[in-house]
Amino acid sequence: MNQVPLIHILFVSTALFFIGMYGLFTRRNMIMMLMSVELILNSVNINFVAFNKYLYPEKLEGVFFTLFIIAIAAAEAAVAIAIIINLYRNLRSIDVETADEMKF
Amino acid sequence: MPNAAYLIIVLVPLLPLLGFVILGLFGRKVVKNYSGGLGTALVFFSTCIAMWVGYDYFATGAGPDGAYHAFKVLNIHWLSFGPGFSIDMDLLVDPISVMMAVVVSFISLMVHIFSLGYMKGEQRYGTYYAYLGLFTFSMLGLVLSANIFEMYIFWELVGCSSYLLIGFYYDRPSAVAAAKKAFVVTRFADLGFLIGILILSFQTKTLGFGELIQMLGPGGQSIADGLGVPGARGVFLGFPVVSWGLALIFVGGAGKSALFPLHVWLPDAMEGPTPVSALIHAATMVVAGVYLVARLYILYANAVDVSQLILYVGVFSAFLAALIACTQSDIKRILAYSTMSQIGYMMFALGTGSSGNTSGYTASMFHLFTHAFFKALLFLCAGVIIHRVHSNEMKDMGGLRKQLPLTHVCFLIACLAISGIPPFSGFFSKEEILSAAWQTNKFVYGLGLFTSGLTAFYMFRLYFSVFWRRAPGIATSHHGATQLNHGAIAPNHGATAAHHGSTPLSMRLPLVILAVCTVFTGFIPFSHYITFDGRPGETVGPGLNAIPPVATALLGIGMAAWLYKKENSRPQQAAEAFRGLYSFARHKFYIDEVYLFVTKKIIFNGIGRPAAWIDKHIVDGLMNGLAKGTAAVSASIKGFQSGKVQDYAWFFFIGIAGLTVLFIYIYT
Repeated sequence: MNQVPLIHILFVSTALFFIGMYGLFTRRNMIMMLMSVELILNSVNINFVAFNKYLYPEKLEGVFFTLFIIAIAAAEAAVAIAIIINLYRNLRSIDVETADEMKF
Repeated sequence: MPNAAYLIIVLVPLLPLLGFVILGLFGRKVVKNYSGGLGTALVFFSTCIAMWVGYDYFATGAGPDGAYHAFKVLNIHWLSFGPGFSIDMDLLVDPISVMMAVVVSFISLMVHIFSLGYMKGEQRYGTYYAYLGLFTFSMLGLVLSANIFEMYIFWELVGCSSYLLIGFYYDRPSAVAAAKKAFVVTRFADLGFLIGILILSFQTKTLGFGELIQMLGPGGQSIADGLGVPGARGVFLGFPVVSWGLALIFVGGAGKSALFPLHVWLPDAMEGPTPVSALIHAATMVVAGVYLVARLYILYANAVDVSQLILYVGVFSAFLAALIACTQSDIKRILAYSTMSQIGYMMFALGTGSSGNTSGYTASMFHLFTHAFFKALLFLCAGVIIHRVHSNEMKDMGGLRKQLPLTHVCFLIACLAISGIPPFSGFFSKEEILSAAWQTNKFVYGLGLFTSGLTAFYMFRLYFSVFWRRAPGIATSHHGATQLNHGAIAPNHGATAAHHGSTPLSMRLPLVILAVCTVFTGFIPFSHYITFDGRPGETVGPGLNAIPPVATALLGIGMAAWLYKKENSRPQQAAEAFRGLYSFARHKFYIDEVYLFVTKKIIFNGIGRPAAWIDKHIVDGLMNGLAKGTAAVSASIKGFQSGKVQDYAWFFFIGIAGLTVLFIYIYT
């Protein structure tokens, strides 16, 4: 079986990570920012699974971590959306620029 | 040694203190209308006890050798500094303390009674009596103190109550200024007193009067001597250290007793209510300095330099004050200067001791005793006059002898007493002082004699100006503007008299009692009871040496009568003839101006302003700079706190990236 080299998978996950980063910094819509965060988390998941598979095939820690991260990401999405809904009720907007009450 | 027989004397100062506490706490509302009666009753009991103890002491207190010994009543260790050295709260019973306790409580009682009428209807009636109680307590504590530090504590309390009472009418700026001046000047002098106490107690490791005299007096040996502490009993600037200590204590006494050049506060202190002037600034508090010097008389008599200082300061103060008094026009100020002059007499009598002649001690205490009565009488009479005329200025008075017959007689008696006319009390005491001076120093005697003539002159100038000068029955209006029409009785006379009414009994009674005392106290054989060593001395009746003082006094009275009995132009002519001296004396020899120059121009400009500049620009500047620097830094970096989530994410990301680069760089 002709395996895909590890380095390719790392390229994919790095690209995914920086796409997420880019989205996080440039999107003003909070839902879009939340989606960017999901991209970053998934790039990490890929890394975990890839390293587990390629470097330590006899172990399962990387896979377990990935499952944990998926669970946490779900919880985090729930919390984040709750925050966004609250902000929307207060500000009538989900633009992140308008939520700057915590400045000096 | 504690002596239970005289323990009751503890009540003498404590009863007025009780009055102060009660009236101070409840005098404004609860017992407002009874506060005068309450205060007076407590002081009355205190006076009775003092007199009883005095009678008991002088009648039966003499020891087997016929001398009056000093007893220490009550022995409380108050502040203990270690074995053998503590500040105690003792009461001393000896001839002069008993005498002073009687005088102070008695004069205080008279003033309490007088104030019942004088201060009636006053807004702060209860407060007034509370202050009087505080003063009486402190003064009695002062005279009964058995050690010098206890005396210092009461000394300051007396100064504090004097401050409160001078500034009693605190809505008048002049009264506030006078109170402040009195406090600052006497406080300045008290600094000398404190340093003197420290010097003496360093020499002896004790504070008690008896021990101090024993160790530093003739034949005594101070602890510092015995230990051979180098320089302990040495010489400083050419004078023995003990002399410096005594001189500094004398400076404290001179400040309280208003001797030149620290007398400036006393005339201004007349801003207080007149009965207060009678009590504090004439009869009792101002003699505290004399009393202090008398307490340490043996030490002063042994320190010749200090004795000379006391002698000349005393006689110069007496003379200067008499000169100033001749030119003043405010009745209370004249009395204030006469007080200063008489205290000068007492002080120089104490200064005559260095030549081995100790009659000055008895003479001084005798004069203190008689002066208390006649000067309180003079001030209370002045109180009645001011109450009637509503002015302090002599020009608003005149011809009052028919309106105030009782006051007229009392004032005349007091004037005769202070002038030294026999058989009034002042004659005896002043004659003793002058004969003590005659035996010591002829120059001082001459100046004292001349001053006694001046005293008679200015007192009778006051007397004639107030009670004669104009035809009787000329009333003065409320504002002090004088009705000058001699012939017709002023139209508002009846109304004015009806308004003022007669002087109340509470104001007349003290006058009568004090007048009786003024007449008769001179006959007390004083030297039998009070001498510097407690042994009764022989009573020398006034002899031939009484002639010069009486003659000069009569001359002074004659001059005053010639100038002031009738309204005429002679006083103006006399003032013209001596214009230079007159205006110089009228401006109190510009001593106040000199003080103002020294304080405002030299001290304020030379020390105060530079110190203020340093404080404002360097000390404050350092702190302000620190605060300003912090504020500037935070203002410049507060932009980071933008409140924008994405900015924070950026910082976070850049930080992590930086750290990553760093770790890679380090670990590879």
